Amino acid sequence: MDTIVKKRIKQVIKGDQDAFGEIVEIYKNSIYQLCYRMLGNRHEAEDIAQEAFIRAYVNIRSFNQDLKFSTWLFRIATNLCIDRLRKKKPDYYLDAEVAGTEGLTMYSQVSSDSPLPETEVESLELQETVQKEILKLPEKYRSAIVLKYMEDMSLNEISEILELPLGTVKTRIHRGREALRQQLRYV
Amino acid sequence: MCPEQIIELIHDYLDEELNQEKEKTLREHLKSCKECETIFNELKKTEAFVKSISNMQAPPNFTANVLARLPKEKKKVWMQRWITNHPMLTAASVFIILMMGSLFSSWSQDQEFSVSKQKNLVIKNNTVIVPKGKTVKGDVVVHNGNVRIEGEVQGDVTVINGEKYLASAGHVTGQIEEVNQVFDWIWYHMKKTTQDAIGIFSQSETK
Repeated sequence: MDTIVKKRIKQVIKGDQDAFGEIVEIYKNSIYQLCYRMLGNRHEAEDIAQEAFIRAYVNIRSFNQDLKFSTWLFRIATNLCIDRLRKKKPDYYLDAEVAGTEGLTMYSQVSSDSPLPETEVESLELQETVQKEILKLPEKYRSAIVLKYMEDMSLNEISEILELPLGTVKTRIHRGREALRQQLRYV
Repeated sequence: MCPEQIIELIHDYLDEELNQEKEKTLREHLKSCKECETIFNELKKTEAFVKSISNMQAPPNFTANVLARLPKEKKKVWMQRWITNHPMLTAASVFIILMMGSLFSSWSQDQEFSVSKQKNLVIKNNTVIVPKGKTVKGDVVVHNGNVRIEGEVQGDVTVINGEKYLASAGHVTGQIEEVNQVFDWIWYHMKKTTQDAIGIFSQSETK
């Protein structure tokens, strides 16, 4: 896949937007998920995820092609999410509450025709609870946890994305994991 | 002494960064210490919970929405893609352009007076005359000149870039054609080529 992405990037640099469309297709789910888990709001997540791709397109010439494209793209998206969180800090907790319920409506929309079986309701509740707890984490732990567990990134990749030393990344993941354990152990 | 150090080991284990020796230490400790074992299991459960919600899909039309927000694409790229997507059309249009070019250039080169060679044709100041009472056999073609028919032509008369004058006594058994415009001329060219081609076929058939 990396070779495909590299080829597409060369085409994008020449100005080919269709090639960029293919790149968006490859990464849209993971970038959208990153934004949703960081921000807790579907609308904002879509907005920021789109913004991340647009920034990547506009700045594609400054991307060092020897590096992994996903690292660079995730860095852009993470930074945009953190900027957004800082801007809306005052009502941030209030927002997180709303976000949890929004997650529920989104999942229930998928199968709204049929009544949900009990196990599905339980798994929805679990999803909601986990998302809520992730949103309660301080943003610096949250980004590390989301990248590790949602995006399945290695510690090295996370350290490159967040531009932090490996030791710092480990500490953040340990603390985030411990905080989540405290909240989720009785679920 | 138990928790702090062991908890470190548990986290390193979860990050898959524990060597065998330390893992052994951890495993032995967990067997003997209920408290640490509980924390260990809770952390594993937490990991599983977080991973379990990890496959979200972007909203529909996400890619189209991104592309719609991009700054405009360069024309050059658009053309290149069109050409690669429509090779037949591209080849056809290149062919047509070349054809037209060659036709136009031969039209403009063709400014000299010329006439098909036949008996009884009289040429005077770029005017071809079929004299009174004389008969010209075969098709008469005049380039860049006029034709004046007072006698009889047994065949077609074609005037390219000129005028024809048919006297009341004059007679043409075939068709009379005047070609004065470029497009007329192209049409004439095409007709002639087809006729020649048919002629070759019918000739080879009669042979």
